[in-house]
Amino acid sequence: MISLSHYLVLGAILFSIAVIGIFLNRKNLIVLLMAIELMLLAVNLNFVAFSHFLDDPSGQIFVFFILTVAAAESAIGLAILVALFRNLKTIDVEELDQLKG
Amino acid sequence: MTFQQFIFYFFSGILIFAALRVITARNPVHAALFLVLAFFTSAAIWLQLQAEFLAIVLVLVYVGAVMVLFLFVVMMLDINLARLREGFWSYLPVGAVVALLLVAEMVLVLVSRSSGLPDAPPPPPLPAGYSNTKELGRLVYTEYVYPFEVAAVILLVAIVAAIALTLRRRKGAKYIDPAKQIGVRREDRVRIVSMKAEEKERG
Repeated sequence: MISLSHYLVLGAILFSIAVIGIFLNRKNLIVLLMAIELMLLAVNLNFVAFSHFLDDPSGQIFVFFILTVAAAESAIGLAILVALFRNLKTIDVEELDQLKG
Repeated sequence: MTFQQFIFYFFSGILIFAALRVITARNPVHAALFLVLAFFTSAAIWLQLQAEFLAIVLVLVYVGAVMVLFLFVVMMLDINLARLREGFWSYLPVGAVVALLLVAEMVLVLVSRSSGLPDAPPPPPLPAGYSNTKELGRLVYTEYVYPFEVAAVILLVAIVAAIALTLRRRKGAKYIDPAKQIGVRREDRVRIVSMKAEEKERG
């Protein structure tokens, strides 16, 4: 029988892969956004697993809202990306220093 | 190994492979397609967890809308891959150490008997005629109706923000403004000049 731990460990592994992805692709803004999507997927997996094992559908409602916010986030993120590329002709994160921060 | 275990390990393997390919793929288009694979296998795992509605939503909304948006943007941009791949592996050691520590700590907590997670009893079987969609719909329109409306507003704000960020007026484009066209008056176009009538010539 598959226990709750199996699903949570799978979520942890997925999250860590996304963390490595952020380290590796620190220049490519598109893949950074994809790594964030992977992290959200891992979190959603945890929510669904807990919802199943605790027999409480509220966890699935939270996944629903996370999906909504993630869709909004990626839409705005990609819009910013397009606007940046139009002005700078690059998506290299290291060159995005216009604000001199 | 029971059939359930086989399904779980099979889809977990595909999921982890797809996630690894997402972060290491050379071409962002391949990365996006592997992310689609990751979402599909996650949907299968969610089906196994009896979250049917969310599994379908993940495929329809995520694969159908968000990932297509990603693919559009990736294909629209003309990026110099060689520059972006410079020093790709140089941060692997520190990243791997951080990620391995992260996963080791989480696994130690999650599989320890004292956390009670491995021995969590499986949920009671669902009654006949139980509908996951119906149950979620009931919750969304009763207990969570206010967050549901806030989520709708967030989506609206996202639409407006995305359009506002990417809309641009082209300079020098010759387009007609209908409001100006309608608002034109006779005085703007025609000028009536009163002139003295000429006298008739007498021959």
